[in-house]
Amino acid sequence: MRGYDNMPGYDRLIFELSAPGRIGYSLPAPDVPVSDPKGLLPAKHLRTAPPELPEVSEVDVVRHYSRLSQMNYGVDTHFYPLGSCTMKYNPKINEDMARVPGFARLHPLTPDALAQGALQLMWELARDLAEISGLDAVSLQPAAGAQGELAGVLIIRAYHLARGDRRTKVLVPDSAHGTNPASTAIAGYRVVQLKADADGGVDLLDLERNLDEEVAALMVTVPNTLGLFEPRILEISELCHAKGVQVYMDGANLNAVLGIARPGDLGFDVCHFNLHKTFTTPHGGGGPGAGPVGVKAHLEPFLPAPVVTKGEDGYALDWKRPQSIGKLQAFWGNFAMLVRAYAYIRTMGPDGLRAVSDNAILNANYLMKRLEPHYDLPHPGPCMHECVFSGRRQKKLGVSAMDVAKRLLDLGFYAPSIYFPLVVEEALMIEPTETESKETLDAFCDAMIQIAREAESNPQVIHDAPRTTPVRRLDQTLAARQPNLRWTRR
Amino acid sequence: MGTYPEDLRYTKEHEWARVEGNRARVGITTYAQEQLGDVVFVELPKVGTKVSQMKPFGVVESVKAVSDLFAPISGEVVEVNAELVKKPELVNQDSYGKGWMLVIQVSSPQEVNALLTSKQYQEFLAKGGH
Amino acid sequence: MRYISNTLAQQKEMLRTAGAASIEDLLSPIPSKARLSRPLNLPPALAETDLVGHMRDLASRNAHADDFVCFLGGGAYDHYIPSPINHLISRGEFFTAYTPYQPEASQGTLRTIYEYQTLICELTGMEVANASIYDGASSLAEAALMAHAATDGRTELVISRGVNPLYRQVVASYVEGPRLRLKEVPAGDGATDPRALKQAVSEKTAAVIVQYPNFFGCVEDIQAAADVAHAAKALCVVAADPVSLGLLTPPGALGADIVVGEGQGLGVPLAYGGPSLGLFATKTDLIRRMPGRLVGATVDQDGKRGFVLTLQTREQHIRREKATSNICTNVALCALMATIYLALLGKQGLRKVGELALAKAHYAAGALTKIPGVRLRFAAPFFKEFVLQLPKSPDRVVKRLVKEKILAGIPLKPFDRSLKDCLLVAVTEKRTRKEIDAFVQALSQAVA
Repeated sequence: MRGYDNMPGYDRLIFELSAPGRIGYSLPAPDVPVSDPKGLLPAKHLRTAPPELPEVSEVDVVRHYSRLSQMNYGVDTHFYPLGSCTMKYNPKINEDMARVPGFARLHPLTPDALAQGALQLMWELARDLAEISGLDAVSLQPAAGAQGELAGVLIIRAYHLARGDRRTKVLVPDSAHGTNPASTAIAGYRVVQLKADADGGVDLLDLERNLDEEVAALMVTVPNTLGLFEPRILEISELCHAKGVQVYMDGANLNAVLGIARPGDLGFDVCHFNLHKTFTTPHGGGGPGAGPVGVKAHLEPFLPAPVVTKGEDGYALDWKRPQSIGKLQAFWGNFAMLVRAYAYIRTMGPDGLRAVSDNAILNANYLMKRLEPHYDLPHPGPCMHECVFSGRRQKKLGVSAMDVAKRLLDLGFYAPSIYFPLVVEEALMIEPTETESKETLDAFCDAMIQIAREAESNPQVIHDAPRTTPVRRLDQTLAARQPNLRWTRR
Repeated sequence: MGTYPEDLRYTKEHEWARVEGNRARVGITTYAQEQLGDVVFVELPKVGTKVSQMKPFGVVESVKAVSDLFAPISGEVVEVNAELVKKPELVNQDSYGKGWMLVIQVSSPQEVNALLTSKQYQEFLAKGGH
Repeated sequence: MRYISNTLAQQKEMLRTAGAASIEDLLSPIPSKARLSRPLNLPPALAETDLVGHMRDLASRNAHADDFVCFLGGGAYDHYIPSPINHLISRGEFFTAYTPYQPEASQGTLRTIYEYQTLICELTGMEVANASIYDGASSLAEAALMAHAATDGRTELVISRGVNPLYRQVVASYVEGPRLRLKEVPAGDGATDPRALKQAVSEKTAAVIVQYPNFFGCVEDIQAAADVAHAAKALCVVAADPVSLGLLTPPGALGADIVVGEGQGLGVPLAYGGPSLGLFATKTDLIRRMPGRLVGATVDQDGKRGFVLTLQTREQHIRREKATSNICTNVALCALMATIYLALLGKQGLRKVGELALAKAHYAAGALTKIPGVRLRFAAPFFKEFVLQLPKSPDRVVKRLVKEKILAGIPLKPFDRSLKDCLLVAVTEKRTRKEIDAFVQALSQAVA
């Protein structure tokens, strides 16, 4: 595969297409009497000049944004192996379903009796996520994984306080995603960093050293950010529970364990889901996601309110939740994403979801074996759904993980995650997902091997990359030293 | 290849201090700025702030990293390098000169003895630097 | 299985390369005690046509705004969504991309965010805007946390009861951790009580928080709130409706330090409340405390203009527990919807939307208050929403009007017992005179 053919170097911003008097909208003439706004609102509250929005035609808009889209790599066009992001194919039937007017045109404050279809969908999705995770109750409210984490930690906090226990610390491995310590800090806890062991997992000695009754929770990612299952997870959760510590699972890597292992069975008390990862809701260029949170029964009273319930009279939003941590979003959750995830789970069924994880693991191991002779592997396999290489060998030749990433763009692939997890030097974290074919994986491996050879024989071509993208390497220092964060007319 | 002037004292967190009478001028070493990469922002305390030896007094940022700045010596901040606001690159270009960060009115002069000499700092770096 | 490309034969070949006899071999690191020993108990897989049938059945049991005339507001609105938006955001390169970590291959997304940031600054009158937060409520909560940090740790937030009650609940949840105190100020006449506001503010106040227009649809005196805040060296935080800002004076010109808001009205579908679009804008001198992603302009090594994520050291992936927020994703696709909306509506169009909504809301209010027993609850000036006081139970009235396929408004009892005889009615530019007249007719019968 060559670079993205015909990736045009379009360089316009919408403001630069503006011409006074052009319009792109269609609004009806008023069919009610229109009086001067000055008669209805105080003058100080009325703009004296309209906002400097562009004046463009519909044609201008369609052409401009269509051209801009062509400057993006997306899963629909490119292999996109970002680690722990699960960039799998986004089914188009999910898009059709999300746009059905009964879902897309439903106002959130519609009385429950008139939103039974939506409430049933939410109730069933929550039930299905609970079954998938081996937990007892699920809230669909959090808007993203990070918000799901915040919900989880606040739930744990409320649980301890309800028992009259004011704990102060949360343990987080240093291989964890940055949202783990950040969410913990917002919840008011002190973050204690645990050393990851050589496999990126929880170092049991360090854990035991730090486990005491001041600790509210341990946050763990399973499989961890090296793509490895935490082999002593049952022991870990037992050690924690013996000290009254709650165990939280970051569900970002759930794509590895569907139908294989369940957080609830591993001793976890709380788990969040990333619907935009495992459950195919589209990544959107950086969101929206959805981050439902699941809990064991003893934490159910603390879930965000309202909770969707099913009773004799049908489905309802239950606001009588005195111990709830409250709300994290104004309404009930990212419903349009919930529709997509629901459609996906119904499409796949139990066997389909198991096949997802089986193939995700197979694809990652295949990739790992093909690349192993060419890049340092901190942990020899098998891996789960993702593998992490170190660009150490290439660094000695002056080629960094960053350079490898840029060269991949020229060869027609979006780069894997780089420099994460922090515990691996020059980390290259690759998650292929189950929706990629062997042909694509082979092409990617061929490209990576080509780069490894170029690092030895012709590193300059790597340093010069990317050459075929609309822009070449960008001056990040300038962007940070002289922030230019909005367009202004010169 | 960094330089470590002999007339300065150093910390294990890679700050330097130049004693000037009963004051000390403070910055970060060439090793530190190399590790950070292009400095984009330096967060410094206001004049009048009290600082304590080896406690953080500010933050230095590059594009991809953030590091706390630790006071080599206790005292009161009497001068802050305002040039770093517009030109944080001075920290990279002239770490021991125009890239200076603070001047501290020293409260306990004997604290200097806890700092490393140029030779000791270089040995520290040779062993890994942490 | 149409989403898994590899055939059985290919899987066998790949297992061989991976050095495994079967998938089970690859799962060997998982202790058997940890394994699920049965299939997941989920409904069986549905073929596409069956799935569509099932989903349509679910959808048919929702009273949505294409079937029912919608006068519901309270933070979500049935505004005009121009047709090109859906087509453009459905382009796979936009909606199947992710965070622009490799900017050279993400210039499409990065440029649209830069445009979005610019547009939000223009609307709000502020100097810098981020790439979006999840919704108006969480945006407001982030603003509260930012004010706490920016005022060197002041612990009180003075918040008007004119702010949407659901937003106030979200703020309360977010400030649990740092144990900040929310002091509520009444809005008994529909707008924040200025004397009570002054009394509530002290040297402990991090921010004064008001909504514009507020939950009752009324237009608040932002300048007065800002003056009170600044006199105490606190910040003024305004939750604004961006659709109104084509017509109303932007909060930035009235003294706001942070402007947040709900951007759903800018081309984002109602979709039962989510996903939404949280706006967040502030002043340049507060930029380092700002949560969320920021896109900045720069040049590439050939001197060509390009765009990158910048000032990332504020964020969780670098700063971890010391980050300005835990936020990772923004709501990029919704921000793109808003960008395209604002491009299509433009300078003249957004103003027209505001004028139409203003005119229709006032026409409706005028006609409704001619019904005996029906009054406007508040005298304060309003924009596109207003509160009606009814002579009969609002719940009963709502039920009656459902029979006429009208979603009449939001009964306010669950939000405020003192307003238990009141209904919050929203009238957007989409409500025709015919619809409004039918509403008036049906309501007058319902309260007779």
